[in-house]
Amino acid sequence: MKRLLFALLLMSSTALGARAPETLPDPAQEARAQALQKEFRCLVCQGESIDESGAPLAADLRRLIREHIARGESDAEITHYLVARYGDFILMNPPVQSNTYALWAAPFVVLLLAAGTGGWIVLRARTRARETSAQ
Amino acid sequence: MTGEIGQLALCLALALACVQAAAGLWGLKDERAAGVASGAALGMFVFVALSFGALVVGFVTSDFSIADVANNSHTLKPLIYKITGVWGNHEGSMLLWVLVLSVYGAGIAFLKRGGLRLTSAALGVQGLLAVAFILFILLTSNPFARLDPMPFEGLGLNPLLQDPGLAFHPPTLYTGYVGLSATFAYAAAALLTGDVDRAWARAARPFMLIAWIALTLGIAGGSWWAYYDLGWGGFWFWDPVENASLMPWLVATALLHSALATERTGAFRTWTLLLSIMAFSLSLIGTFLVRSGVITSVHAFASDPKRGVFILLILSVAILGALALFAWRAPKLESGTAFEPTSRETTLLVNNIFLVTALGVVFVGTIYPIILSAFGTRLSVGAPYFQLFFAPIFIALMIVLPFGPRLAWRRGDLLAAFRTLLPALGVAAVAGVIVLAAASPRTLVGAGAFAVAGWVIGASAVDLVARVRARTFAIAGFAAVLAHAGLGITLMGVAGTNLWRSEALEVLAPGETMTVGRYTLRFDGVKGVAGPNYQAAHADIDILKDGAVTGHLAPERRMYPAEGQETVQTAIRTTGLEDLYVALGDDRGQGRWTLRAYVNPLAPLIWLGAGVMALGGLASLWGRVRAMFFAQDKEPAALAPEAV
Repeated sequence: MKRLLFALLLMSSTALGARAPETLPDPAQEARAQALQKEFRCLVCQGESIDESGAPLAADLRRLIREHIARGESDAEITHYLVARYGDFILMNPPVQSNTYALWAAPFVVLLLAAGTGGWIVLRARTRARETSAQ
Repeated sequence: MTGEIGQLALCLALALACVQAAAGLWGLKDERAAGVASGAALGMFVFVALSFGALVVGFVTSDFSIADVANNSHTLKPLIYKITGVWGNHEGSMLLWVLVLSVYGAGIAFLKRGGLRLTSAALGVQGLLAVAFILFILLTSNPFARLDPMPFEGLGLNPLLQDPGLAFHPPTLYTGYVGLSATFAYAAAALLTGDVDRAWARAARPFMLIAWIALTLGIAGGSWWAYYDLGWGGFWFWDPVENASLMPWLVATALLHSALATERTGAFRTWTLLLSIMAFSLSLIGTFLVRSGVITSVHAFASDPKRGVFILLILSVAILGALALFAWRAPKLESGTAFEPTSRETTLLVNNIFLVTALGVVFVGTIYPIILSAFGTRLSVGAPYFQLFFAPIFIALMIVLPFGPRLAWRRGDLLAAFRTLLPALGVAAVAGVIVLAAASPRTLVGAGAFAVAGWVIGASAVDLVARVRARTFAIAGFAAVLAHAGLGITLMGVAGTNLWRSEALEVLAPGETMTVGRYTLRFDGVKGVAGPNYQAAHADIDILKDGAVTGHLAPERRMYPAEGQETVQTAIRTTGLEDLYVALGDDRGQGRWTLRAYVNPLAPLIWLGAGVMALGGLASLWGRVRAMFFAQDKEPAALAPEAV
């Protein structure tokens, strides 16, 4: 298995140029690939995107993304393809959909609650301060 | 024999913990019981230390009749990793947890802050925690369980953990996590005694500070360890385990600020109590997340559902019990504080609003996928989610921050404060313009981040100048100056690394070169090197400048045969303002290897800033220690008004 992977690695490296096996020749496309690979999770590691991970699966996915870019697909098409294949779990950034509304709303709810309570405390303390100074 | 000594000592510690809990709580009725509780706390510390010492001896002598040693050690491991390996596994790390708990218990008993009744009740609460956690160890995670027949060789330690970081990171982090138990115990004690005035906050302050300093250093140390050990140049991954340590830190930071107001003017008494309960609750939740196997990572050594259920039980009882106590007592609190909206109290409140919001983001982002997975949906919440919210929250926090120390308690003058801060505004403008003019790629975000960092650091400089002019050199007075400047320094590091990092990934044959940033690297080949318990592929790389060699880097890949795992040893060359970071990738045959290189501008500032923040905490702690031992009765008066 390891030998097979190794052979595959060598083949892909010859296909894409001997010096830089994991980069695209067109700098604009390469920049797109680098931006895109930060958006997907390495499925076998914890908390790392495939951009950061040293796992073989991540390397495969990086290559996959470049193949699709070289074929002229858009970022949305590639994302759609990967989500269809691996599920929502592959997205570093959770999508906004019915089961994540609570997740995306939570920070705003907490901020509103905290700011509301804080504002109430300040107003009460001010009233008290004015009362004492009036006496 | 060592195993039996350790086991017996731990059982005796359990008995003493029961005595401590019972006598401590009895002390609410009869202060004379406080003496018994204190004695039990000191005794418990001695027996837990003995038990821990026995485990250390087991590891050092490679006593493989102890299952924990056999599963996690190896005769060929260097001595330092035999010792640090004691807490590089589930059972040993829980024993370390209890050891730190007993040290804090002994500290409370020894210092007797806040009077006998308060001390006694705090010891009672600490005792209950000790009973729960020692029972957890004895019933589900006994480090002294025997193995028969005894194996000839151990299974070894995860090579990722065979690093000097293991000597530093877990003990520091536990000092922080568990230190919050002392604050929790004092808060609960205050609720139990019904004396919820300022005394308890003052009594708990040194423990709060120690915990915060340790958490700051522990988190920063862990982040640095991940940075140099994992090999892809990142320093924070928003991994659930990292989040588990960040949450108590955010609350502890909020608590330090809120308790400041409680101590000085009696403001926010209810809120400070609640934060103390929350801070330790989050430590417990962190322990649960990491130790239960709910999430898998390098930190979660073994997962056993029994353990998870047990910790969940401890956690629920502790949190719900404390909240019930709070709900029962807090309404009786008279909230008589009065202050104007332009006052230091308000700025501390704003600080708390932002920190609690940041906590909400981390908490929801960490828990959400776990809850969804219970319903069969797999979803990941990664770095982009956290960064999206964290950046604006912290920027807003840091824009308000400089006003805090400049405003007086109760009623401050905003205009006067702003006038004294004009030089800081100048620093901010200069920093922003320089970044806009000189940095490439040019970003408005970068200019904004540096302007905010300049604003905060400039404000610290303004305070510093004012102190020097007024000739007030009390060390505690520099606490806020340092801590706030540290935050600014860290922000520069984070922004610099994220915005201007360059990276390169190439396959090189010996003699070939690659460029990354303004560096040219020449690969001089890889040779095999044997370590004490590993085989390394050792790369030689020269840094070239105009054809001349200006430096040398030697990244490695190490294979640990005992554990059957590989690790990456990165090579980092730092100028203090910039890191050149190289990791060796895989062997591509015929002497060709993959090399990953990064230039991380300002990366060292991330950890420098954290260190400066911790120094600020130390300065404040120094003020308390001085007051404790040299001017016992003058403690609050001995502090400068600006002291944290």
